Amino acid sequence: MRALKKLIALAVVGVAVSATLAQAADRKAAAEQVSFGIDAAKAGLWREATYRWERAVELDPSYAAAFNNLAIAYEQAGQFEKAKQAYQKAAELDPKNTYIKQNIDLFKEVNDRANRQNAR
Amino acid sequence: MRTARTLASVALALAASGCLTFIEVPVETPIRPKIDASPFSRVYVAGFLPSGSEDVDTNLETVRLLRSQLKNKSGLRIIEADVLPLADSARPAPGDGATAAPAGAAQADAGKLATIAEAELPPYEKIFENKDYWKKVGEEFGSPLIVTGSVVFVPHQRSGYVQKEQEVYDSFGRRSVVPVRTYMDRKGYILRPKFVFIDGRTGETLYTETFREEILYNAEQSTPALSSYFELMDRLLPSFLSTLSSQTIRGSRFLLK
Repeated sequence: MRALKKLIALAVVGVAVSATLAQAADRKAAAEQVSFGIDAAKAGLWREATYRWERAVELDPSYAAAFNNLAIAYEQAGQFEKAKQAYQKAAELDPKNTYIKQNIDLFKEVNDRANRQNAR
Repeated sequence: MRTARTLASVALALAASGCLTFIEVPVETPIRPKIDASPFSRVYVAGFLPSGSEDVDTNLETVRLLRSQLKNKSGLRIIEADVLPLADSARPAPGDGATAAPAGAAQADAGKLATIAEAELPPYEKIFENKDYWKKVGEEFGSPLIVTGSVVFVPHQRSGYVQKEQEVYDSFGRRSVVPVRTYMDRKGYILRPKFVFIDGRTGETLYTETFREEILYNAEQSTPALSSYFELMDRLLPSFLSTLSSQTIRGSRFLLK
């Protein structure tokens, strides 16, 4: 009986470790996409950057930086609703990040202006 | 089990925070125009109902200013026809409040018109709803996009405390500037233009927008009304132009790793 318990405990730990390793691998792959996206954005290739960051959030849906960058790319494309959702997700995942907060504040100004424009 | 989970989350947190760097990038956010002006190749800034101060011919000045701005900053060709004496055309008939027949560009030289009192403006503004009138104006000029509206420009006076900078010298003769609050009589102007965009093919109003700007000067300062008018118009021109053409807001954002 005790041996069975040990076996179960070992199996659980094994599953947890392999899940963590898988998560870490996803984060690594996502980080590569994020990094590539940043290079593309710096070169002004925002479509490519958007694609990379979309891939990054697919690979790791807990990656706040990827959502932040994706939000910026959507903003740059004038897709305000998508940008808003991505910023919200980034803030949810990393609520204390001052860069995300600052980006959101700047986005709100632009978004308010666009909304005023559409409402008139 | 608990230990493994804690370790995993700590490792993930460290991984996440350890390599968190930022890159500031310039962004250009496009804002779409308020109306779709693509069916039009030409624009006719027809004329405005002038209201308030008689020191500035707001009908003529607004037409001239908007035509020159649209010429430089929109893709539309400007129809350089005479300015419509809109106040005459829009004068309500006694009793029923209906608008008169179209005046047409031919009547534009009918002399300087008196301005309309602000309170009396609403019945005049009914002309903007008169589709037949605007359709006829449109037919005269080849169905362009028509820009019209009303311009209220009134003197304004307000006294109160304002903050200004004052030079002070300490006992060593060193100069410094400190903010002081001082009571001041101020006068200036309020500008309240209403821009109406009309489809010259149908006479229908496509879009209407009203702005309000005010400016106040020290009461002792003598500023010509025309200068105040241009200063106030200058503030709202970007918004006016964004009705017809898309704008780009430049800024910067932080990309994160």
